[in-house]
Amino acid sequence: MDLVVLLAIQVLYAVASLALISVGLAIIFGMMRVINLAHGEFLMLGGYAAIVATSHGISIWVSMLVVAPIVVGVIGIVVERTIIRFLYGRMIDTMLATWGLSLFLVGLTTAIFGNTTVGISAPLGSFEIGAYRTSAYTLFVIGIAVVVLGAIFAGLRWTRVGLIARGTMQNANMAAALGVNPPRVYAITFGIGAALSGLAGAVLAPVSGVFPTIGVAYIAKAFITVIGGGAAILSGTVSASALFGTINQIATFVTTPVFGEVALLGAAIILIRLLPQGITGRFFRRGL
Amino acid sequence: MNGRSLNLLGLAVVAVVGLTFMFLTPRVVDLDTVLELTVYMIMAILALSLALVWGYGGILCFGQSAFFGLGAYTYAIAMFNMGESTLPVLVAIILPAAFAALLGYFMFYGRISDVYLGVITLTVTLILFNSVNSTAGPEFHIGAARLGGFNGIPGIPPLNWPFNKKAAIDLEAMFYLSTGSLLLTYFGLRLLLASQFGHIIVGIRENERRAELLGYDPRVYKLATFTIGGALAGFAGCLFANWGAFVSPTIFGLAQSAQIIIWVIVGGRGTLIGPVIGCIGIQWLSALLGANQPSGSDLWSKIFANAPLILGVILIAFVLLVPKGLVPTAADIAAFFLRRRRREQRGFEPQQAE
Amino acid sequence: MSISRRTFLQSGAAIAAAGAISSPAFAADEIKVASIHDLSGGLDIYGKPMVDALTLAVEEANAAGGLLGRQIKLISYDPQSNMQLYTQFAQQAALKDKVAVVHGGITSASREVIRPVLDRFKTLYFYNTQYEGGVCDRDQFDTGVTPAQTVEKLVPYAMKKWGKKVYVIAADYNYGQITSQWVKKYALENGGEVASIDFFPLDVTNFGSTISKIQAAKPDFVWSALVGGAHISFYRQWAAAGMRKTIPMASTTFAVGNEHIVLSPEECNGMLICYNYFQDLKNPVNQAFVASFHKRFGADYPNITELAMGTYQGFRLWAEGVKKAGSIDRMKVIEALETGISIDAPSGKVTIDPPTHHCILDVHIAEVNNKKLNVLEDFPQQKPADTAAVCNLIKNPNDNQQYVIKI
Repeated sequence: MDLVVLLAIQVLYAVASLALISVGLAIIFGMMRVINLAHGEFLMLGGYAAIVATSHGISIWVSMLVVAPIVVGVIGIVVERTIIRFLYGRMIDTMLATWGLSLFLVGLTTAIFGNTTVGISAPLGSFEIGAYRTSAYTLFVIGIAVVVLGAIFAGLRWTRVGLIARGTMQNANMAAALGVNPPRVYAITFGIGAALSGLAGAVLAPVSGVFPTIGVAYIAKAFITVIGGGAAILSGTVSASALFGTINQIATFVTTPVFGEVALLGAAIILIRLLPQGITGRFFRRGL
Repeated sequence: MNGRSLNLLGLAVVAVVGLTFMFLTPRVVDLDTVLELTVYMIMAILALSLALVWGYGGILCFGQSAFFGLGAYTYAIAMFNMGESTLPVLVAIILPAAFAALLGYFMFYGRISDVYLGVITLTVTLILFNSVNSTAGPEFHIGAARLGGFNGIPGIPPLNWPFNKKAAIDLEAMFYLSTGSLLLTYFGLRLLLASQFGHIIVGIRENERRAELLGYDPRVYKLATFTIGGALAGFAGCLFANWGAFVSPTIFGLAQSAQIIIWVIVGGRGTLIGPVIGCIGIQWLSALLGANQPSGSDLWSKIFANAPLILGVILIAFVLLVPKGLVPTAADIAAFFLRRRRREQRGFEPQQAE
Repeated sequence: MSISRRTFLQSGAAIAAAGAISSPAFAADEIKVASIHDLSGGLDIYGKPMVDALTLAVEEANAAGGLLGRQIKLISYDPQSNMQLYTQFAQQAALKDKVAVVHGGITSASREVIRPVLDRFKTLYFYNTQYEGGVCDRDQFDTGVTPAQTVEKLVPYAMKKWGKKVYVIAADYNYGQITSQWVKKYALENGGEVASIDFFPLDVTNFGSTISKIQAAKPDFVWSALVGGAHISFYRQWAAAGMRKTIPMASTTFAVGNEHIVLSPEECNGMLICYNYFQDLKNPVNQAFVASFHKRFGADYPNITELAMGTYQGFRLWAEGVKKAGSIDRMKVIEALETGISIDAPSGKVTIDPPTHHCILDVHIAEVNNKKLNVLEDFPQQKPADTAAVCNLIKNPNDNQQYVIKI
């Protein structure tokens, strides 16, 4: 019985972490059709921001939930204004530019922080489920994922900013005709997407550690989840993370982590073959 | 001179330069440079395979490294089991081609397009990476060849002259083989693209619906293009396994995949020579940045001896300044100057105000 | 005549592509030494200290007048954790730079890539990283510890301290595979049992289900042969699950990448490790070495690692060989080294074992404590018994392979 509870928590955790790392990319890709290959590096920078803030005495919660998103959000806006702005509509060129950006960020981080970086350990301790001990931090991550997704939903659905964002996404010219400034919307959106990635990286830093090349581990999964989800940002990310995260974790539990990865990738292929427009191409089409 | 004979002139120039390069280089430069050039030639074949599939076929394949890696591994495994290289080379071309045909059938007959293609091909190469990467134990072997997991397969025996097990080809011959293969691939693709097949796939790339309405089944043509690309990449993989005498799972990884795409973008999509130049240029640059590391740890050397940083900056600058790719931009510049000179030659003067 | 764009594309580009590559000229009288270590990519945590130690060794030698009256020039390559570049740089070092010796390679994969290249082009090769043992190649010298030197000592010590049942987790490549077999052998020889051996590829960061499995198996201690930055997350997740207090850990890979500094004390205190070198070793040679290392690279240098010391010792051994041979000619240096040269290194006395080309060294068991490594016990002058069981270069000088030692 306790094993079932443990497995359920692990599955929820896998889904939550997949959703967290993907939602930033989903916003950027869903809104602006920009393939951001530097997404993994935004996650990495979020982790570093949290570590630097914590080592300067700021409370770990503040550095993870406030400092990291702000720092990476600002970096995102800077990147958008200097590089991405010139490349809208040119998906291939954004791929090349963001790949170059990812190399640059890895090199820069290595130069500044070196190879040996002190990490932050997971707070909140552990608790027992029958014969098993597990980390309480996993519950925190699940909670954060729910809060973040909820906040995005509320923002898109009920605020004016969300309305403008959705309108620009559907038809930029019409939005411009109605008095909205699309370039400003894009910059803010890119910044918010980057900030969310920074938050995800910071939240996951105590669990997976932070070193300059950790972005590689995230980018492929985030990319696959976002595309598998389809056009709608929120319902796509949620449904795709739920599906892939569950398959990944159950396969890992039954066999090995490697086979879990392969199962996730295999599920992605089958999904896209059956639903060529992603999940929200067929289901939840009217969703956000 | 009309367009057709100019085209033939251009091809003749490439042939002459290419053959001169091929036969002259081993006599003129040292062995280390010959070895370095050999691997650049091999990677250029890989770049050409994606140039065909993506540049001309319009299929965004993010996993071309899958076929490359399959070719390399197939050669290595077959070579350890058979000992004589003629059959392994054939298998190393046929197996990736068959895999490409299967994957292509799965994708194109499922009407999957653009970015979703990219995701599926990326996923496929990552599955191969993850699977092969975890074959380190001694129980993972195909016949006499241990797969070796992360460590890969070292000590791969080199090619030998066909059907003559004892006569392995030497380093200079390897160079001739690679350069010759590159030239053959280039001219072969030129021929293919000049044929009706070539025109059709470009038409499909431009507007698939229109091509379909004109009576061509795009799925068949895309499948054929994808399979040819897979075969070429597999052949490049086979040569690569020969050059380094090793193969390891990183050949299937994201970094290798992205590299191939970067070569094509930097060189110029829609051309054949562009990706070749992009490939050689970026490879040479990476090697240059990695060599001659300074001893200090000061900030200056941290930035300038920092290969990822410099390469990243160059790529970003490239996209912003030379968006079409090296070769098309160079052609544009040349055309601009030629047009100017032609205007001057004809005595075109702006009207003076009276 | 008008030239079409296509013609220009083809001809002009072809000519440009055939451009020659210039080769730089080097000062004639220097002895050249090549370093091929990853300074970027995932393995840079290992490579950087190794290159720093090599730099210090070269500078020390030059300050003392050089070798054979000639100054030494260090040419440093960064293969960026890319196997193709390892091959290219090995070729370049051997053919273009024509170096006297190559010190390089970190993972066994990279070593097996450059070893045949350097053999083919007749360049001496020193591999200075601890590894799984078994390389038998007259052209190569290995200065790192092998399982028979460390695992053989640590397993019984841990079993005596904690209990007889061990759960092994290892990195999934040949080092992890072979080391775990050694752990199993020594555990069984000492009357213990192995609950399970689990392998993880180097990029795995998700250990949640593994931790549950370990809890279900209830071992007395866990043996870790995890490698690399991604695997550090195991230690974090293990501590986060509160397992630090319940099941202790031993390892022969921990701390090589400064994991004890990256992690917090609560995450790794009490771990047992066994290596040839620790920065805190109390002997005069080491104290002088640490002082000059800190002077060169700053007193805030995180830690002088085992691999860094291996590289330093490798260079010193090679230099002694050159002095004894009176020349940098490869065969003469090999023959000089094969007389069993020894040096007084910061880790103790290090001697080359002629039949195996590996080293006889001191090993010590230490415990992780508040980001420091406290030495608990010393085992002087351990022979490379595992490689000696399969390799004898005096009897078979033309032997050239890596043996997989049958356990």
